[in-house]
Amino acid sequence: MAPAPLLTTALHSLHLELGAKMVPFAGYQMPVQYPQGIIQEHLHTREQAGLFDVSHMGQIIVSGPTASAGLEKLLPIDLDTLPVNQQRYSLLTNQKGGVRDDVMVCRRGEADYLLVVNAACKSDDYAYLRAHLDPENSVEMLPDQALLALQGPASAAVMAKLAPDMAELKFMQACEGNIAGVRCLVTRSGYTGEDGFEISVAAQHVEMLARALLAFETVEMIGLGARDSLRLEAGLCLYGHELHADISPVEAGLGWTVAKSRRSEGKKAGNFPGADQILQQISGTLTRKRVALRSQEKAPIRAETELQSLSGETIGIVTSGCYSPVLESALAMAYVTSRFAKTGTQLQALVRGKARPVEVVDLPVVAHRYYY
Amino acid sequence: MSERKYTDQHEWLEADGELITVGITDFAQSELGDIVFVELPEEGAALKAGDEVIVIESVKAAGEVGSPLNGVVEAVNELLADAPETINEDPTGAGWLIKVRTDEAPDLSGFMDEASYKAFTEDC
Repeated sequence: MAPAPLLTTALHSLHLELGAKMVPFAGYQMPVQYPQGIIQEHLHTREQAGLFDVSHMGQIIVSGPTASAGLEKLLPIDLDTLPVNQQRYSLLTNQKGGVRDDVMVCRRGEADYLLVVNAACKSDDYAYLRAHLDPENSVEMLPDQALLALQGPASAAVMAKLAPDMAELKFMQACEGNIAGVRCLVTRSGYTGEDGFEISVAAQHVEMLARALLAFETVEMIGLGARDSLRLEAGLCLYGHELHADISPVEAGLGWTVAKSRRSEGKKAGNFPGADQILQQISGTLTRKRVALRSQEKAPIRAETELQSLSGETIGIVTSGCYSPVLESALAMAYVTSRFAKTGTQLQALVRGKARPVEVVDLPVVAHRYYY
Repeated sequence: MSERKYTDQHEWLEADGELITVGITDFAQSELGDIVFVELPEEGAALKAGDEVIVIESVKAAGEVGSPLNGVVEAVNELLADAPETINEDPTGAGWLIKVRTDEAPDLSGFMDEASYKAFTEDC
């Protein structure tokens, strides 16, 4: 069977016009980099503002009389503590206590949520939500809705010029309104560790909006390559790498996503997929943990690289690796046996048969600069 | 110096008598993106055609470069240890990789000339 043809986003012609190098990603042709290259794009986002096309991600509206209770059966979240116009990071867990997907849950109304999910998981997530929410609720995928992310310290000044109300949002707050005359749902959030905004907009208007943002001298279009190194420096997980069906949120260091009320002594304890395993891990001990690793060398230590203790025992595996433009050295995330997870632990990564020294470092390696 | 020749592995070769300079092409550096690390063989190492003796790592990908011919490594580009980005900036000049001494004046007629290489990259 021939592989399915790749989809394109509504910004495809803009990407080509800007000289993007397009690569297949989660069924889409996506820009991995533009002519200035991944390192410059990365640094530009840290210093000024980067604009990312993330329209491949899934946007799913869940609404209806029992939408809140229905979502709480699938996510370890407490929606009673999530006000309207507020967004929260959560996880769709599985029965084994692993992760189906990570998801941003934005409360648009009392019983009306926008879920932003990973591109590679979106069809499965949609079917799963439909199957598990009571039929009086509506679950609707928004294929004609694009998503932009404007990230970096200059983002707020750009937003203040185009939509002053939006620039007032605090980290993880949401607001509907017009930007450059176009209706948008904006959240103050992102995937770089920087201050910034994510903008959900009808696909037919996204190019006009992108051009309005790119008209600012501080804003450059940024590809998926820099998106990956930015999120790694920020210590943020990527589904399919740090998160998957056989890794628990607690091992991933995301135990904080399990709301207090959903924990063992809470008033809505458990009752989400894999709750027994996950709650036991929160109060117990872990056999492996997610860590960040830094090398003194520049060559990236890539996913699947074996990690050893200094005595040569296999103790873990790399899940993502990049060259960190800020550290000017290789940076990776990995799972290691818990007793090797302490900051400062010296390990070795087996790269092409040679042991390269790496050190466990604290996450994030670049401090978050969210706007609270 | 002879005419520059090209391999289907996106290397270029330039012969000066029995000494062949080897690098990667502008097309290859552009495909790799920002290069951050280069591992070169030791001077004096014996090479057989096809041996993957050079590793070039970019932000995006790791590439291994095979030796295009038999010979002995006469020189390696020391500049690349501290400035691997030189390959991005000047792949066919300052960003050369190694110089190989061949046993006899090498026959480069089996490699592509510039026009054939250009046509080759258009199919990549």
